[in-house]
Amino acid sequence: MKKLIANREIDVNEEGYLVDFKQWDREVCECIAGECNVVMTEKHWEVVEYLQDKHHKEEPLSIRGIKKSGVINIKEFYALFPGGPLKKSTLIAGIPKPKSCI
Amino acid sequence: MKNLVILGAGTAGTMMANHMIKKLPKKEWQITVVDQYKTHYYQPGFLFLPFDIYTTSQVKKNGKKFIPKGVNYIQKKIELIIPEANKVELENGEALNYDILIIATGTKIAPEEIEGMFGPEWHKSIFDFYTYEGAKALRNKLREWEGGKLVVHITEMPIKCPVAPLEFAFLADSYFKNKGIRDKVDITYVTPLGGAFTKPKATKALHHLLEEKGIKEVTDFNIERVDYENNKIIDYADTEVDYDLLVTVPTNMGDALIERSGMGDDLNFVPTHKATLQTKNYENIFAIGDATNLPASKAGSVAHFEAEILEDNILRYINGEPLKEEFDGHANCFIETGGGKALLIDFNYNHEPVEGTFPFPGIGPLNLLKESRMNHMGKMAFRWIYWNMLIKGISIPFVSATMSEKGKHFEEVK
Ligand SMILES: Cc1cc2nc3c(=O)[nH]c(=O)nc-3n(C[C@H](O)[C@H](O)[C@H](O)COP(=O)(O)OP(=O)(O)OC[C@H]3O[C@@H](n4cnc5c(N)ncnc54)[C@H](O)[C@@H]3O)c2cc1C
Repeated sequence: MKKLIANREIDVNEEGYLVDFKQWDREVCECIAGECNVVMTEKHWEVVEYLQDKHHKEEPLSIRGIKKSGVINIKEFYALFPGGPLKKSTLIAGIPKPKSCI
Repeated sequence: MKNLVILGAGTAGTMMANHMIKKLPKKEWQITVVDQYKTHYYQPGFLFLPFDIYTTSQVKKNGKKFIPKGVNYIQKKIELIIPEANKVELENGEALNYDILIIATGTKIAPEEIEGMFGPEWHKSIFDFYTYEGAKALRNKLREWEGGKLVVHITEMPIKCPVAPLEFAFLADSYFKNKGIRDKVDITYVTPLGGAFTKPKATKALHHLLEEKGIKEVTDFNIERVDYENNKIIDYADTEVDYDLLVTVPTNMGDALIERSGMGDDLNFVPTHKATLQTKNYENIFAIGDATNLPASKAGSVAHFEAEILEDNILRYINGEPLKEEFDGHANCFIETGGGKALLIDFNYNHEPVEGTFPFPGIGPLNLLKESRMNHMGKMAFRWIYWNMLIKGISIPFVSATMSEKGKHFEEVK
């Protein structure tokens, strides 16, 4: 599926998650964040980088993992990405929605 | 003489002892199994114990009875694995050397992970049913409970037998109906997942059942703490759920032994190759069952499918042949839905639970993803199969380790 984000055609799945990380950049990120009513701050960028790093190392993402991230605690994570913080932050970071393991 | 050492004599360890004794030449190999307990529990029975459907004696037996002759059984706590030295240390300083090691130490609950859970109200108004003690304490509580808010709760994923909490909610609905007090009980199902189950297709079917039975759902709930003084669970988004009786599945973790040995992930699960069952860090150490970090369900049926493949791979490893990358995450679970009915689901790493018939394509007699009495009979028969076939390593007729695609209506996992 194609979606117009930051005036570009970006490949996404039915839930809007990017399929190809190469299409992600700061501009795309800010656009998606805007759709989620999130305004990117320094801290948001830090979290996004942390998530992308974990994803590229193929380490699974979880709320428990956030606790040990050293970047942010869970309370702050909820405050930065209100609602479903893992779902929202991964959408914004351009990586797949974490599979809640079986 | 060479040594094969198996850590844990639960479902998977007992099965592996039974498999390997038949395959390894007795003159060359000594097989040793270590477990801390005398009793082998039938854990699927912990779901039925609270509702007085099973008695305590139906869910436990002397573990040694299931260890085959010729296998050395040691009942001791395991202190440490030292992979660099191919050595395991037991509680009194005794050491075991191994040529091949199988880790089958399972997973257990860790209620101390959540503030307020493992406190003064533990087993008073806050219960688990994942342990024998918890299930029995809950049975005694339910016998005299007169109603109120029952909250059935999952702390975090992964948990073993991920459908068990749902089944608990369904059975609770039946139990209180039979007691004639269903109108006095409010049942809420609280989960960190976005829906009733981890797989979308099954979630739909299960959501429908919850609705039908008047069980409320609270999803995406990541618990922060239990406020046991005010009978509330509170999540990180400050959502609160009130309870009178909280039945929770606490965080599931691998045994502390794995952490002490520096061999686990965040939750003490052992990083394991998902198709071969060899551990990622040591080529002569294999892992099976709930102790692994595989993205498959933690269930006895899964351990059973894994055992057939692990047996093969250990023999291949001994012969210096390449390992078979065969395990596909196959899981097969009955879901008890109350009122003498059950559902059956069959899925693997790549396929969603599907509709169809099992084990014979087009015939059944079991129905996949549909409630039926026959499925319930299957679930009840599972206890007999468990004690008499499963842990003895006897393969179950017509059910293969890798998933069959015949007679099923498929959808790929994206
Ligand atoms: C309520 C409930 C319902 C379930 N329902 C089903 C179902 O319907 N179908 C199904 O297929 N599965 C079901 N399961 C899951 C199933 O019981 C487990 O997946 C299965 O028992 C896993 O086997 P295992 O050998 O990996 O672990 P276990 O059987 O738990 O065995 C681990 C063993 O290792 C030993 N051990 C651990 N650490 C040490 C140590 N340091 N020293 C010495 N010994 C140690 C333990 O004493 C234990 O005996 C259910 C589980 C529960 C709790």
